[in-house]
Amino acid sequence: MCLGIPGQIIAITDADLMMAVAEISGVRREVNVACIAEGAPLETLVGTWTLIHVGFAMSRIDEDEAAKTLDVLRELGEAQEVLDAMAEGAESLRPRR
Amino acid sequence: MKYVEEFRDPAAARGVLAEISRVTDQIGATADAPVRIMEICGGHTHAIFRYGLDKLTPDGIEFIHGPGCPVCVLPRSRVDECIDLAEQPDVIFTSFGDAMRVPGSYKSLLQAKAQGADVRMVYSPLDALELARRNPDREVVFFGLGFESTTPSTALTIQQARRTNVLNFSVFCNHITVPPPIKALLDDPHMCLDGFVGPGHVSMVIGLRPYDFIAQDYGKPIVVAGFEPLDLLQSVLMVLRQIRDGRAEVENQYARVVPAEGNPVSLAAIADVYETRPSFEWRGLGEIDASGLRIRPDYATFDAEQKFQIGYGAGQARAVAEPDGCACGEVMTGRVKPVACPHFGKGCTPELPLGALMVSSEGACAAYYQYGGARAVEVAK
Amino acid sequence: MRCVLPIRRCTCSRGCKIGMSTRTRLRDSHVTLAHGGGGKAMRDLIEDVFATAFNTDTTEDQARLTDTALADPGARLAFTTDSYVVHPVEFPGGDIGKLAVCGTVNDLVVGAARPLWLSASFIIEEGCEIDLLRRVVASMRTEADKAGVRIVTGDTKVVERGSADTVFITTSGIGVIPPGRHMAAETIRPGDVAIVSGVLGDHGAAILIARGDMALSTDIRSDCASLGHLIEAVLAAAPDTRAARDATRGGLASALNEMAATARCSIEIDESALPLRTEVKGMCEILGFDPLYLANEGTLVLFVPPDQADAALAAMQSQETGRNATIIGRAISGTSGRVVMQTIFGGMRIVDMLVGEQLPRIC
Repeated sequence: MCLGIPGQIIAITDADLMMAVAEISGVRREVNVACIAEGAPLETLVGTWTLIHVGFAMSRIDEDEAAKTLDVLRELGEAQEVLDAMAEGAESLRPRR
Repeated sequence: MKYVEEFRDPAAARGVLAEISRVTDQIGATADAPVRIMEICGGHTHAIFRYGLDKLTPDGIEFIHGPGCPVCVLPRSRVDECIDLAEQPDVIFTSFGDAMRVPGSYKSLLQAKAQGADVRMVYSPLDALELARRNPDREVVFFGLGFESTTPSTALTIQQARRTNVLNFSVFCNHITVPPPIKALLDDPHMCLDGFVGPGHVSMVIGLRPYDFIAQDYGKPIVVAGFEPLDLLQSVLMVLRQIRDGRAEVENQYARVVPAEGNPVSLAAIADVYETRPSFEWRGLGEIDASGLRIRPDYATFDAEQKFQIGYGAGQARAVAEPDGCACGEVMTGRVKPVACPHFGKGCTPELPLGALMVSSEGACAAYYQYGGARAVEVAK
Repeated sequence: MRCVLPIRRCTCSRGCKIGMSTRTRLRDSHVTLAHGGGGKAMRDLIEDVFATAFNTDTTEDQARLTDTALADPGARLAFTTDSYVVHPVEFPGGDIGKLAVCGTVNDLVVGAARPLWLSASFIIEEGCEIDLLRRVVASMRTEADKAGVRIVTGDTKVVERGSADTVFITTSGIGVIPPGRHMAAETIRPGDVAIVSGVLGDHGAAILIARGDMALSTDIRSDCASLGHLIEAVLAAAPDTRAARDATRGGLASALNEMAATARCSIEIDESALPLRTEVKGMCEILGFDPLYLANEGTLVLFVPPDQADAALAAMQSQETGRNATIIGRAISGTSGRVVMQTIFGGMRIVDMLVGEQLPRIC
C-alpha cells in the first residue's frame, strides 16, 4: 500500500495552488506541497526532503531521526562484530588436532 | 538515492539479522511453533518478497500477509460499478494503474478499455483534475482508492476542484481505513497473531494513536515500519523484543517520516471532504462497520456516486459472490497460505487472476507466485 | 496494392544521381488518402520522401540481390521480420525509423549474421505530417549506413485517420552467417558467463516518460542502436560465444527466461551487478516498476565460456555501444528455464516472465 519515495523540492511553480517541482533521483515531477507547507512562505521549502506519494509531498523527512535509526542499526552491527571476534578467538584457542 | 540506499545496505543487515535470530531463540519460537507476525501493509508484503527477507529470517518467524492492499480488498461489485461508469459515453474514467487488471464479475477496467471505454491511467488525482480542465465537455471520474495514506491526495484534489470551479470532475470514492479490519481480525476467534508490523505511510497521515487499541485492548505489539529492507528487519526485531519482554506497545521505527501525531493538513482535508460510511464491503472479509469513507453532502457535486446514482449512492447494496472455492479471505486473515488455495497456480494465475490477491503485486498470492515462481506452483501441486 | 518501392532511377537529362528529379513535386504538408491511391500523388510521395533517402536503383518490383558472402561454402542465410508501432513516433534518443532499422538489424546480428539488406513497409495514417515522414526516413537511412545494410525494397499504404497511429513500419532483414559461426541459446552450458552490453531499461523509461501521461521529466534517452559492430568485436575476441539476445520487449528478464528454457538450464544473476542509471532507478521507484522488465533497444545479453569472459567483456567495452558492459551472472545447472536473482540484500528470488505489461502503481 502506498508507494512513497523520498524526493527533494527544487522549485516552486504555483504558490496559489501550492505546486512545486520535486526531484527524485534525477526524475522531476510537479507535486502539491500543501501537507508540508505549515504556513511558512513556500520559497523556504526549496531544498526540503519529503516523502512523495501520488503527486503529493506528504511528509517532511527528518534527517536527525534517519540518522538515529541508522545509528541503532550500526550499533547492532558493531555488537555482532564483537561477538564474531569472540567466537573466532574461542575457535583459535581450541587445541588443534 | 538519499534516504533509500542507506536503508538497503546489506552489510548493515548482519547485526540486525543475528539479533533477530537470538531473540527468536530466546522466545523459543521454531518452525513448528513459529512467532506469527502480520505485516498489515501490502507494500511490506511486496518488500519481503522483493528482497527475499522471508528466506533471510529464521524459520521460527512466520510472516502473515495482511489486508493492507487496497485493490485486493476491493469487492467485485465496486469493480463492476467502475466499469458501468467507464462505459458511459461522456465519461473519461481515470485510475491508478493498480486497479486496471482487477477482475469484476464480467471484466476488468483493462478489458473495458479494450472494448472502447475511455479509461486512462494517471499517476496522481491532480492529473485527473487537469484532464477535466482540458476536457470541459467530458465528465472526468477519478477512481479514489487506497487507505489513509492516499485519502489526503483525493481530498485535497476535490478541494482544489471546488476552489477552481472544475465541475466536470468527480471522485468514485473507495477509500478505506486501516484500524477497523485490524480490529475485525483481532476479534476473529481463529486469530493466531503474535504481533504486527504497522503501515508506515498510513501513519505518516494518521500518526500512532489510532493503533493504541491493538496494544491496550488486545495486548499485541505493533511497530510502525518503513519500507526499505533494513526498516522491515529492524521493525521485526522490535516486535520480537516486545514479545520476549512481555510488552505490548505501539512503537515507531519510521520516525524519519512518521510524526507521532500524523500530518495535520492531511487530517483536516480528510475531515473536511469525507465522512465515515456505516459499513463497507471488503473482498474476502465481508462488510466491516465504519471501515470506509464517503464524500460529504457538502461536496456532492464531486461525488461520482451522487452524480451518476451508482453504488452506495443509489442506495443499493450489490453483494456479488466470490468465485467458488476462492480462499482470498482465509489467506488475508492468515488462516491459510496462498499455496493452500485450490485455485492457486491452476485456475488463478497473474495472467488470469480469479481472486484479488493474485492481481496486485502487493497481493500475497501474486507475490508468492511472482517471486516464488515455479517453485510455489510445484508446492501447490 | 502492388509493391511500389524500389523506385525508378531518375531519367532526367541532367544525369541526376540521387534517384529522382531534383524538382520537388510533393507540395502537400500532410499525407492524405490520395497518397495511397496508386496515382500521381502516391508516386510523388514515394519519389520525394522515400526514394531520395533510400537511393534505390532498380526498375523492378523486387530487389535482386548478390553478395559474395553468399557464395562461401557453409554460409547460411538469416532472415527476420519485425513491426514497429512506437508512440510517440519521435522520442529522446531516436524515432520509429531508427528503431525499425536497429531492431531488425539486431535480430540478425544476435544470431551471428552479418546484416545485408532490409525491406521497409510503411502504414501511414491519413494526416501524418510529411516533414515527420521525411525525418523518420532520413534516420532510417542514417542508421542503415551505420549498420552497413541497404534498404532495397519496400511498400507504402495510407489508412484513414484513426486506423493507425501516425505511422507503422515493418522491416524484414536478410543477412549471411559466415561459415563456422553457430550462436544459439541451446549451446549455453552451466558455468557460462552472462554479460549485458549496457545499462538496462533506458528505452522503456524514455518512451514512458515521452508519452507524458505520468508528467515526469528526465534526461533519459532511448538506447536505440544497432549492435552489429559490437557482436563482430565480441566474436573476434571470444570466438566460442554461445548465444546473444537483445533484451527488447519484456526486458532482460524475458530474454533470460527464454534463453534458460532453450538451454535447459537455470540462470543466476546478481542484482547488485545490474547496470542501471540513477534516473531509471528513480522512475522505477516512483511508478513501482521493475527495471528487469523495461524494454531495451540497443542492449543485449550474451553468454560466453568462462575462459573467454574477460576477452568478451573487454571487446564489448571497447565499442561505443558496449561501454557499460558488465558481467551480471552465469548459467547454472538446475531446473530448466528458471532464472534466479541474488537480491541486493542477499536473499534469493525467482525472476519470472512478465505478465501482461507493467502498469504504474501506487501500492
